[in-house]
Amino acid sequence: MKSAVLVFPGINRERDMARALKLASGREPAMVWHAETSLPAGTDLVVVPGGFSYGDYLRCGAIAGRAPVMDAVRDFAAKGGLVLGVCNGFQILCESGLLPGVLMRNARLKFICKDVHLRVERSDTPFTRGYNAGQVIRVPVAHGEGNYAADEDTLKRIEGEGRVLYRYCHTDGAIDERFNINGAANSIAGIVNDRGNVLGMMPHPENHVEDIMGCTDGRGLFAGLVAHLEKAA
Amino acid sequence: MRNEPKITPDLVASHGLKPDEYERILKLIGREPSFTELGIFSAMWNEHCSYKSSRIHLRGLPTKAPWVIQGPGENAGVIDIGDGLAVVFKMESHNHPSFIEPYQGATTGVGGILRDVFTMGARPIACLNALSFGDPKHPRTRHLVSGVVAGVGGYGNSFGVPTVGGQTRFHTRYDGNILVNAMAVGLAETDKIFYAAASGVNMPIVYLGSKTGRDGIHGATMASAEFDDDSAEKRPTVQVGDPFAEKLLLEACLEIMAADCVIAIQDMGAAGLTCSAVEMGAKGDLGVDLILDKVPTREEGMSAYEMMLSESQERMLMVLKPEKEKEAEAIFRKWGLDFAVVGYTTPTKRFVVKHGGDVMADLPIKELGDEAPLYDRPHIPSELKPVIAAREIKPPMGIADALEKLIATPDLCSKRWVWEQYDHVIGGNTLQRPGGDAAVVRVQDGPKGLALTCDVTPRYCEADPYQGGKQAVAEAWRNITAVGGRPLAITDNLNFGNPERPEIMGQFVGCLKGISEACTALDFPVVSGNVSLYNETNGRGILPTPSIGGVGLLDQFTKSATLAFKAADEAILLVGETHGWLGQSVYLRDVCGREEGAPPPVDLAAERRNGDVVRGMIHAGTATAVHDIADGGLLVAIAEMAMAGRIGARLDAPPSSIVPHAWWFGEDQARYIVTVPADQAHAVLLKMHAVGVPCVRIGTTKGSSIAIEGERAVDVHKLEVKFESWLPDYMAGKG
Repeated sequence: MKSAVLVFPGINRERDMARALKLASGREPAMVWHAETSLPAGTDLVVVPGGFSYGDYLRCGAIAGRAPVMDAVRDFAAKGGLVLGVCNGFQILCESGLLPGVLMRNARLKFICKDVHLRVERSDTPFTRGYNAGQVIRVPVAHGEGNYAADEDTLKRIEGEGRVLYRYCHTDGAIDERFNINGAANSIAGIVNDRGNVLGMMPHPENHVEDIMGCTDGRGLFAGLVAHLEKAA
Repeated sequence: MRNEPKITPDLVASHGLKPDEYERILKLIGREPSFTELGIFSAMWNEHCSYKSSRIHLRGLPTKAPWVIQGPGENAGVIDIGDGLAVVFKMESHNHPSFIEPYQGATTGVGGILRDVFTMGARPIACLNALSFGDPKHPRTRHLVSGVVAGVGGYGNSFGVPTVGGQTRFHTRYDGNILVNAMAVGLAETDKIFYAAASGVNMPIVYLGSKTGRDGIHGATMASAEFDDDSAEKRPTVQVGDPFAEKLLLEACLEIMAADCVIAIQDMGAAGLTCSAVEMGAKGDLGVDLILDKVPTREEGMSAYEMMLSESQERMLMVLKPEKEKEAEAIFRKWGLDFAVVGYTTPTKRFVVKHGGDVMADLPIKELGDEAPLYDRPHIPSELKPVIAAREIKPPMGIADALEKLIATPDLCSKRWVWEQYDHVIGGNTLQRPGGDAAVVRVQDGPKGLALTCDVTPRYCEADPYQGGKQAVAEAWRNITAVGGRPLAITDNLNFGNPERPEIMGQFVGCLKGISEACTALDFPVVSGNVSLYNETNGRGILPTPSIGGVGLLDQFTKSATLAFKAADEAILLVGETHGWLGQSVYLRDVCGREEGAPPPVDLAAERRNGDVVRGMIHAGTATAVHDIADGGLLVAIAEMAMAGRIGARLDAPPSSIVPHAWWFGEDQARYIVTVPADQAHAVLLKMHAVGVPCVRIGTTKGSSIAIEGERAVDVHKLEVKFESWLPDYMAGKG
C-alpha cells in the first residue's frame, strides 16, 4: 500500500493517521502539502486526515476543499483511486464535491470527544472488508461538527444504494437516537460515493489500532485496505 | 515627540504606577519619561510582569535536581527524561480576562501557555487545567463554566494538543474571581532547547506570527489590580485567540529551529513587544533598537505607545542567524505568516524605540527589569483553626446516605461534562484519559510515559496555608505515584488575593513555606511557575489557591496502574495511617454543613515511605488497581474505583477506635487503596509491616454494590448515575 496523507494548514491528526497506516502496511505514507498539484507517483490510497484546516474558518472544510491538491485528488478518485477522509477529512470531501451532504454542528452544540460504538453495515467494500457485516466496533470521536445532513432525495439514494458503511449504535448494534451522538441523519457516521471508492467518516479509527490503547477496533479498516490493495496489485 | 499626552499624576496613576514608583522612574532615567516610556514602565513594573510582591519569597523555592535542565526564569521549565529527550512545561493563569470574557479569556490562556512551551523548541504533547468557579447558585457561574470550558476546548482542540487532565471546583469565594490555570507539556531534544537570551551585536530581530492590533492594551496592568463593580468595562483589554494562527506559528517555529536559524526566541505574551524585546536584550547583556515602522499592524495609524503595549496573540520575537534570514523567511512565508525584521541588537544596553523617524523611547534595558520595584510586604500568619474531634461531630445521616450525597456534590461529582469537550485522544498517545489520578501520555513510540496531574486543595490552604501548601505538592506527588510514575518536578501557579493586605501576604508566605518543604522532602523541585495576585473583588479575596502541576516519568508505561477495580474477589488494602481527620473534609462541609477546623496535617516522611512502596508494588505487578485517597476520604475513593471498574466491594466494619463516619470520610493524608489478588494479600501485608508501612485489609471486591458490614448496601450503577448526573443537570439548568 502506497498511501499519501494530505496536509493542509491547520490539520492536526496527520501524525496519528501516518502511524496507523505505517502499522498496517509497514510503509511510511507520503505527506503531501496542500499547495502541491499532483500526488506522488504510484499512490494507491489518499487520506485526508482530521484537524481544523484553515481553522475551520468560513465553514469547516470549505477552504481546504478548494485547495490546489484537491484537483489532483478529484482526478485520482475519478480514475477509481481509493480516498479516505476522517473527521475534518470527511468535511473536506463533502466540500470538495467528492461526497454528498454536509456536516453541521453537533445537535447539542458542543465539541464531543469520547469512545462511540459503530455498526459496520456491510463488509464487501475496500473500507470494511476487515470487518463482518453487522459487527460493532468501538472508536473515539472528537468533533464539534459531525452532524451529517443531506436532502431527502440524497439520503434516500445513499441508503438505497447501501452507501452508509458506518452508523452510530448501542454496544449491541441497535440504532437509536440515544446513541446518535451528534444528531446525524439516520445515525450516519460514514458514507461512500456512488462508485464506492471514496469514504468519509467522522470517528477516528486511527486512534484505536494499538494494544496499549486498550482497544484495537480501528485496525480492521486499515487491514482491510491493505488486503484490498495487495490483492489489486 | 509627536502628539503624545502630557505626563500628569492622573496619567501616572491610570498606568497602575504608585507615586513612589514614579519617583523611582524619574531617578532612574534622570528626566520625565515620554508617554511611550511611561507605558513601557507600566508594562514592565506591574505585578503580573515584575513579580514585585512575590519575588522576594519565590527565591526560597527549591529549583534544582540532577534532572533539571532549566529552572524558573525562562519561558518554561525543562527536565531531562533520558534518551536525549527533555520535557518542557509550565502552568499559567488567565484569571482576570476569563472572568470578564470567559471564552476568549480561556482560549488566550491556553494559547499563551502553549507558546511558552514551543518557544523553547518543544512540541506540545499535552495540556491540563485547574479551574475554580464560584458557588453553583451564583447567577454568573453557569455562564462562566460554559464559556471557559468551551474556550479551553476551542483552542486546544483546534491547535491539536490533547487536554488530558485537570481539576474543576466550586466555592463561593470565587464568585467574583474565577481561576483559569492552564498547563502545557512539551517534548524536545535535550540538545535543541531554545532560550530568550540574545547574543551578538547587530543581529536581526525578527517579528513573526500574527499582526499587531489594538487588542489587549494594558491587559497585564488589568491583571495586576482588584476588580470592582465596573470590571465588565475592562472587556476591551481582553485579547482574542486564534488557534489556527498558533498552529501555523508552532509548525513554522519548529521548522526554522530544526533548520538551525535561531539564536534566541521569546514569545509575546503579557505586555507584548515591550516585555519580549526587553527580556531578550537584558538576558543577553545587549541593547535593542526597535523600528516600529516595520511592525506588521492590523490597523492603520497605530501609535508607538499602542504597538508597545498591544497584547495581540500568536506573535513571536526572534534573533536570527543573519546568514539564515532568507531561509527562515521562506519557511514563514510557506506557512502564510508575517515575517519582518523590526530591529537589531546593539552594544549599548539601551532599549531604543523608533517610530516615524523619532525616538519614542530610550531607556536602560537592564534596569527596566532589574530595577523594578521589589516589595517585602508586611505579612501576618493566618490564624490557625482548632482541631476538630470526630467524636464531637454528630453524623446527620447514615454512611450509605452520606456516600450517595457526597458523590453528587459539585466538587466530587464526575467532570465528564467538562473533559468530553476537550479532545483528549489526539496524538494517539493518551494511555490514561481524564478521570484517573494522573493522566499518562506515551513518549513518542514508548516505552516511556509521562504521568501528569494538577492539584491543590484551597480550603486546606485557607485554614492553614503551611499545611495546605505541603498538601498540594504531596497530592500531586501521590497522584503521579498512584499510576506508577516517578515524580520529577512541578510547575506552580500561585493564585492569591490582594498582596497589599498583610493577611493575604501571610497566606502567600505560609503556602510557599509548605510548598518549599514538600518539594525538598519529596525531591520534587519547582522548575517554572506563575503568580497571580489581586484575585479580589470589592475587598473579598479568593481562597488561597497554589495550583501544582506535576510531571512524573514511567520508564515503561506497561508498568502502570489505573484506579478501576479489575476483578471480583480481590483483596482491598488500605495503605497509610487512618486517624479519621474530619476537619476541613468535604464530608464535614457538604454533609454536616460545617466548613471548619484544621486541615489534615501532612507527614512528608510518611508520604514518601508509603508512596515509594505503592509504586514498587505497581512496578512489581502486584497491585491490580491503585487510587490515592483525597477529597471525600476512604469510601469515596473506593466508590470511584468501583464505578470505574463496575465491580462492587464488601467492606469490613471500621475499627472500634474510630467513629464510623470519620473512618469512611476522614481525609488523612499519605494514603492509597490498592487491590491485590486475594491469595497474595497475606504476603503483601507481611511485607508492608516489615518495612514499617501501615497497611490493613479492609475488604474484598465483589458483586455489584458497595456493602459495608452493618450498613445499607449501595448499588454501584445507581451511584454512578448520581455521580455522572450532577454537572450535566446543573449545566442544563436542572440543578
